[in-house]
Amino acid sequence: MGKIIIDPITRIEGHLKIECTVENGVIKEAHSSGMLFRGFEIILRGRDPRDAQIITQRICGVCNLCHAMASTLNLDSAFGLADKIPDNGRILRNLAAGLHVVQDHILHFYHLAALDYVDVTKVAKYEGSDADLNSIKAFIGRGELGPFVPRYEGDYRLSDDLDRAAVSHYVKALEIRRKGHEAVAMLTGRIPHTASIVPGGMSEIPTVDKIASILWRLNELRSFVDNVYIPDVLAVAGVYADYFEVGAGCKNLLSYGAYDLEGKNPDYTRRRRLFQQGTISADLKLQPLDLSKITEEVRHSWYESNTSKLHPTAGKTVPADEKGGAYSWLKAPRYDGRVYEVGPLAQMVTTYAGGNSMVKSLVDSTLAHFKATPAALFSVLGRHAARALAAKYIADSMGEWLLQLQPGEPTFVPYELPEEAKGVGIIDAARGALGHWVEIKDKKIANYQCVVPTTWNASPRDDSGTPGAIEQALIGTRVKDEANPFEIVRIVRSFDPCIACAVHLITPKGSELGRFRIF
Amino acid sequence: MDSKTKEYPVIWLQCATCTGCLISILNSVSPTIKNILIDEVIPGKHVSLRFNATVMAGAGDLALAIAEETVRKQKGGYLLIVDGAIPTAKNGIYGSIGEKNHQPVSMVERVVEFGKDALAVVAMGTCATFGGIPAAAPNPTGCQGVKELLESKGIDTPVINISGCPPHPDWFVGTLASILLSGLPAVDQLDDFGRPLPFYGKLIHENCQRRAYFDEGKFARKHGDPGCLYELGCKGPITYADCPTRLWNTGVNWCVGSGGGCHGCTQPEFPDLVSPLYVKTIEIETAPNK
Repeated sequence: MGKIIIDPITRIEGHLKIECTVENGVIKEAHSSGMLFRGFEIILRGRDPRDAQIITQRICGVCNLCHAMASTLNLDSAFGLADKIPDNGRILRNLAAGLHVVQDHILHFYHLAALDYVDVTKVAKYEGSDADLNSIKAFIGRGELGPFVPRYEGDYRLSDDLDRAAVSHYVKALEIRRKGHEAVAMLTGRIPHTASIVPGGMSEIPTVDKIASILWRLNELRSFVDNVYIPDVLAVAGVYADYFEVGAGCKNLLSYGAYDLEGKNPDYTRRRRLFQQGTISADLKLQPLDLSKITEEVRHSWYESNTSKLHPTAGKTVPADEKGGAYSWLKAPRYDGRVYEVGPLAQMVTTYAGGNSMVKSLVDSTLAHFKATPAALFSVLGRHAARALAAKYIADSMGEWLLQLQPGEPTFVPYELPEEAKGVGIIDAARGALGHWVEIKDKKIANYQCVVPTTWNASPRDDSGTPGAIEQALIGTRVKDEANPFEIVRIVRSFDPCIACAVHLITPKGSELGRFRIF
Repeated sequence: MDSKTKEYPVIWLQCATCTGCLISILNSVSPTIKNILIDEVIPGKHVSLRFNATVMAGAGDLALAIAEETVRKQKGGYLLIVDGAIPTAKNGIYGSIGEKNHQPVSMVERVVEFGKDALAVVAMGTCATFGGIPAAAPNPTGCQGVKELLESKGIDTPVINISGCPPHPDWFVGTLASILLSGLPAVDQLDDFGRPLPFYGKLIHENCQRRAYFDEGKFARKHGDPGCLYELGCKGPITYADCPTRLWNTGVNWCVGSGGGCHGCTQPEFPDLVSPLYVKTIEIETAPNK
């Protein structure tokens, strides 16, 4: 029995460590740990509630806009505005979020995940006229290969042609995602860390010239998703098809939905959204979302055990540094007491089961391409494919939203700051279900809690001893070469973890980790 | 394949960060991030990014080994970039990067280990320069900026501060190009906070597109109104940066342009002494929860 410890897991957001116990080449135990604590909820306490959407964006510079959205929905609900946001403001928010998420999915596939499958060094033998590839060939020739080498070796399977195309698209994707950010910034001032998404709506007013300019940046994104991103995901999946059977995980999926298609229903769990709210399992039967079923368990986390199984509105963070049996700095969020995976896979499968015809045709045609059944969705490649298809679904929906904007019309509704209030804001971020909860007293934040996508996915074992979603996806996996554990990093990265988000509220006990090591 | 190319090793360490600084740098237009990492960003000079956890291929010990080797073999010959503040409370247990002898290595230890023999440290973003959001009251993790930490350890490696939450990509690229072309900036090229004057030399308010409204006493009363945003809490009058003339994201917009106002994110006062953010500056008396 041996241990594989990967610290840091690179090409994700933030500081993550993965420990796997391997027996006869198969992962028996897996532990994931976030390695950074900043204490956002503690910092938020006592502040002006309106500042929450500026502060919480800094939980994560990759998903900042998603936190701005969850936070403003949260404040809208606390301020009694959830059903009063002008359509112009609602649509502007959807566009900012959608453009952001599409560029984020592109970033994840090309700049975070791809180097697990693509061999940049093959470009050394390139003999064509592509300027980008020739500049990379010159780079390789100089012999300083950082940041592409060192890396795990031994399982890069793409043909020379596919490989070079992917490297060329890695460079192109940098430009495309930058343009996605430009389109977002036209609506939000700048990004990362936007200025215009505020409780009550937006501070930016749409103008005709902006609409036209965003439309053509959107068209570039759409063209890239259709002609490059999705074909590349399909090509990689074709070569690494065994990864349709690796990393299945818990097979329970949860989505808060995203992109409000109407703004009159104050209940975010029921209002019509582009992505369907709900939970779903391998039987593909959609269940309605019930936020009261969410709890956070702490038996295996460094928190006082009497704070376990609390709903986020009653959430407490009481460190218990010496607690035996704990091994993680993350709490374990559970829904109805069970482990759930969140992310684009959950978004697509709930929306598929909700009967959305466009999503059905996207998913069904992709499965048909691989002669696969829906069971193949629960896998490393299933997650990548779902992310790419989600990008297309969002991108293809945004042109219509742009044309629904009323140039020069209000995007904001004025409000009075309440003395006392409670709020909730839920949205599916790029990486999955993101919830913010606030309690306001004396016009100040009395309590602010966030339950973020990666806390769902990277959670430790819960009170009943059931491992978290990423842990479950790792357990049972055969690792071909323990010195080059491709399987582990490919599984972990398929979830697109964002650790700055996940560990915003955990308490540290670094030295305690030693207790669980077996060497 | 120019054998005369000079390599400039760079180690980029991410501490108590949100990664927004790096994402901002990815948005650099000219040079692009590809030009910076792959090409000779200045003719004959190539930036060799040895370690950056967000973009590098390798993981775990494999990845850290190359950073450690650079520090060991190229003393005084590499640039260290740090983003994020450094959590110093409880001997730094709130943040660690990698392990040695099966024990986590704290971010404090890493910044000291990589910083003491660096040619210089570029502190990227307001967290690495001044502590920023993670150092906001009550600063649960004892976060500090790089300069404060290194000085407390008696390390005198020069620190160049590129503040901003996040910094504009041009502020970073311009500083990097300046180092490659003419070496470390002289003291008179930096402001009192160690920031390059070309980018931080002027108040937002001096060049603001809404300045004429201020001079005429026309103030926006709610979001979306035309007028100066001062009454809505804009911190332009106390914030040093060239955002109004440089603009953001390929020049398409900026915070004041979007009607949201400036939040003072390049300042050492960010966020406590500029908040509540939507209260006008003159009415802010103390940090909200001190």
